[in-house]
Amino acid sequence: MSVLMAVTAGVLCATGTYLVLGRQLSRVIIGIAMLGHGVNVLLVLSGGDGGDPVLVGEDVTDFADPLPQALVLTAIVITFGVISFLLALAYRSWVVTADDEVEDDVEDRRIAREAEHLLDDRGDEGAER
Amino acid sequence: MLLALLALHAIAGLAALSGARRLGRWALVLGGLAPAVTITWAASRAGAVLDGDVITEQVSWVPGLDLSLDLRLDAFSLLMIVLVSGIGTLVFAYAWSYFGRAEKVGRVAGLLTLFAGAMLGVVLADNLLLLYVCWELTSVTSYLLIGIDDDEPEARAAALHALLVTSLGGLAMLGGFVLLGQAGGTYRISALVADPPSGTLVGVALVLVLVGAFTKSAQYPFHSWLPGAMVAPTPISAYLHSAAMVKAGVYLVALLAPAFATTGVWRPLVVGVGLTTMIAGGLRALRPFDLKQLLAFGTISQLGFLMVLLGIGLPEATAAGCTLLLAHGLFKAPLFMVVGIVDHEAHTRDLRTLPRLGTGWTTVRVAAFLSAASMAAIPPLAGFLAKEKAYDAFVGGSDGERLVLAGIVAGSVLTVAYSLRLAAAFWRPDAVAPADGPRPVLDHGPSPTFVAPALLLAGLSLLLGLFPALWSSLVDQAAAALDPEAGASLKLWHGINTALVLSGLTLALGTGLFAARGAVARAQARLAPTVTGADVYDAVVRRVLHLAALVTSVVQSGSLPIYAAVILGTAAVVPAVGLLSGAWWPGWPTLVTRAADLPIAALLVIAALAAAMAARRFVAALFLGVAGYAMTLFFVVQGAPDLALTQFAVETLSVVVFLLVLRRLPDRFERHRAPAVGVVPRLAVSAAVGVFVVAMAIAASGARTEPPVSREMTERALPEGDGKNVVNVILVDFRGLDTLGEVTVLVAAGIGVAALARAGQRPDRRPDRRSEVT
Repeated sequence: MSVLMAVTAGVLCATGTYLVLGRQLSRVIIGIAMLGHGVNVLLVLSGGDGGDPVLVGEDVTDFADPLPQALVLTAIVITFGVISFLLALAYRSWVVTADDEVEDDVEDRRIAREAEHLLDDRGDEGAER
Repeated sequence: MLLALLALHAIAGLAALSGARRLGRWALVLGGLAPAVTITWAASRAGAVLDGDVITEQVSWVPGLDLSLDLRLDAFSLLMIVLVSGIGTLVFAYAWSYFGRAEKVGRVAGLLTLFAGAMLGVVLADNLLLLYVCWELTSVTSYLLIGIDDDEPEARAAALHALLVTSLGGLAMLGGFVLLGQAGGTYRISALVADPPSGTLVGVALVLVLVGAFTKSAQYPFHSWLPGAMVAPTPISAYLHSAAMVKAGVYLVALLAPAFATTGVWRPLVVGVGLTTMIAGGLRALRPFDLKQLLAFGTISQLGFLMVLLGIGLPEATAAGCTLLLAHGLFKAPLFMVVGIVDHEAHTRDLRTLPRLGTGWTTVRVAAFLSAASMAAIPPLAGFLAKEKAYDAFVGGSDGERLVLAGIVAGSVLTVAYSLRLAAAFWRPDAVAPADGPRPVLDHGPSPTFVAPALLLAGLSLLLGLFPALWSSLVDQAAAALDPEAGASLKLWHGINTALVLSGLTLALGTGLFAARGAVARAQARLAPTVTGADVYDAVVRRVLHLAALVTSVVQSGSLPIYAAVILGTAAVVPAVGLLSGAWWPGWPTLVTRAADLPIAALLVIAALAAAMAARRFVAALFLGVAGYAMTLFFVVQGAPDLALTQFAVETLSVVVFLLVLRRLPDRFERHRAPAVGVVPRLAVSAAVGVFVVAMAIAASGARTEPPVSREMTERALPEGDGKNVVNVILVDFRGLDTLGEVTVLVAAGIGVAALARAGQRPDRRPDRRSEVT
């Protein structure tokens, strides 16, 4: 465990977050992949400083911790699945709208407009009764 | 048997509902069977119950939670059954003529029956929670009944108004019930009343229960739903809003008052609210031209009266309350019925357009006059006996009780005035309201079967007034069931006493008020508050909807970046609160442990920053690839060859897929609309996440207190897993299910990818999407 690698994990996660907060789906995908890398570094670091590959029977004693490695292996594969799916979404978005920008939810915007509308003519209806 | 009666209502109601179309008006006969059987059975047991017998039934429901169906029939419940099932049966008979062959008659019949069952449950329940369930069932069925003309927006709004007010009150009441049950150690009403708990918490509980009772019995300031509910067909108003449902609140107050009247604010609250309601409702009843509105406000006023009598917790007043409870049902239900008859035949119930009633209307007039006289407490009708008892209860009391008496007399004066106003409608409508034009004369009267139920009830008012012995023991025992010291002993003539003088005074003043109606109306028009209860309700509902829209527009912006910022920001900031205590801090670890880390870290950081800043999609994707291969190197030096191999393979595949997709997309990141998250918050959230991850990494390195579990896994890998590569053994053996899940996710993602990639293009969509965005 070194400050260097901790900071590296931090930088990976920070840039990943920055990308995820964007509007273009392709950037979001790259951000998620970056976040994945950062978290993988974090997981491996939690297993200690590493050591020799964990192959029993060889004549070594300073094994790396195998459990975080197993977890990270799963994480890598899952991240790949998620990213492929998101890329397919981006492709679909391009097919439909010729871009991959993430639009705001139409229904939610309608409610927001309604709230503004209500603010504008508050109290007008009371006179009718 | 009690349970069987409830079940009978449910079955008959559901049967009438399901066969509504085929049965037509015969559904009323099917449904009316349930209350008819109930009142017949109750009559057969009346002798024993009036001798002091109490019929109880208990069916265990959820024994672990101490929930059971406790049913109890005492004399007071019997009195309520006379109202609920006795008047109920007559309402079914009245509805037969009122609805005729109308299409919705089957539905009304089914719902009325279900309502009658729920109401029967309320008066039979001996368990607070069971009472609550039945109480809410009456609210729900009443909602459906008020809104029976569901194609009328007005009816739907009125139904919703009633439901919102009564069910919100019901919720408060439930809270009170739970507090009361916890304080008393039991939810059995009879046990709670016999041994009432006390304390501040009980005081709070009682206020909550009273809120429920006030909303249900349309007390000020919760009354405004009742006039609105008059949009319902008149049989429904006659049943729900005079005899049955609105009495539920009064019933509950009556049950609890003898035990709890002196606890907390009960007595001043109930008496204050009741008197306010009685007087304000009476004043309002002098104004409307719509006869049903007049009756509605009259009912509100009478409910206030009942609330005072039954809620004050004094034996004499309780007895008077029981008398009035029955008398009110006997005169208010026929009044609704006759107004409904006029409405049905003349198609108006407005005093200004009401026709002059001709010769065929004698029976209707008799019923109306008798009932109105009973409402005004004119001797020798049942209402007079009740009013006498009420005055008598307060005459000899303390100063406070005399004050209450003054309030009751004032309210009764108003009652006389609006009773006369109502009676005038059946005699000379011109006397109370100028006609819009010449009034037509309506000679042809309603059929005898239509009038019979109202006439029967009005006749009972007279009969019971003339022969008090007929119902003296029922009222007597009902009052005694509530409060052993209470006794009614009804008599028509008590000799000349204060109560009789007050009665005379009330009649004289009321008649005077009616005679001076022109001046009164002008004064009322000038002094009446401009804001009514319905306005307040409307304003509250509007504000709530407005608030909901506002909250939704804030918390649900519909923008993915904002959601992501909130989630990631929370994930970074919330644990930081725990980290701030500093207890976790193991001290700064070594700056660099391996020389090989230096170039790898540099590569990762540069690739990450470059990918974030790249303006072109390809460049960003390529730097992501660089980061991925740097990860491979990191795994190698960390002693994780499996990870390195996997990462290498996956990264290569990822880059290929990226390029395949990006080939289609525009080269540069173009901005079509303002970013949802501004640059500063975006950088702030990113920095927070980064700092949190660094802190987390350092905290994790110092957190180990036990040897890792993986040591055992390493030892058991070869003998038990038959594998030398421990990571592989963990994946496919020790944590095999995990891996199965992982494979499932991959397959699902693969199916999704295939579906999305192969879906066709919509031909009608052109790339120009800006027109639909704004």
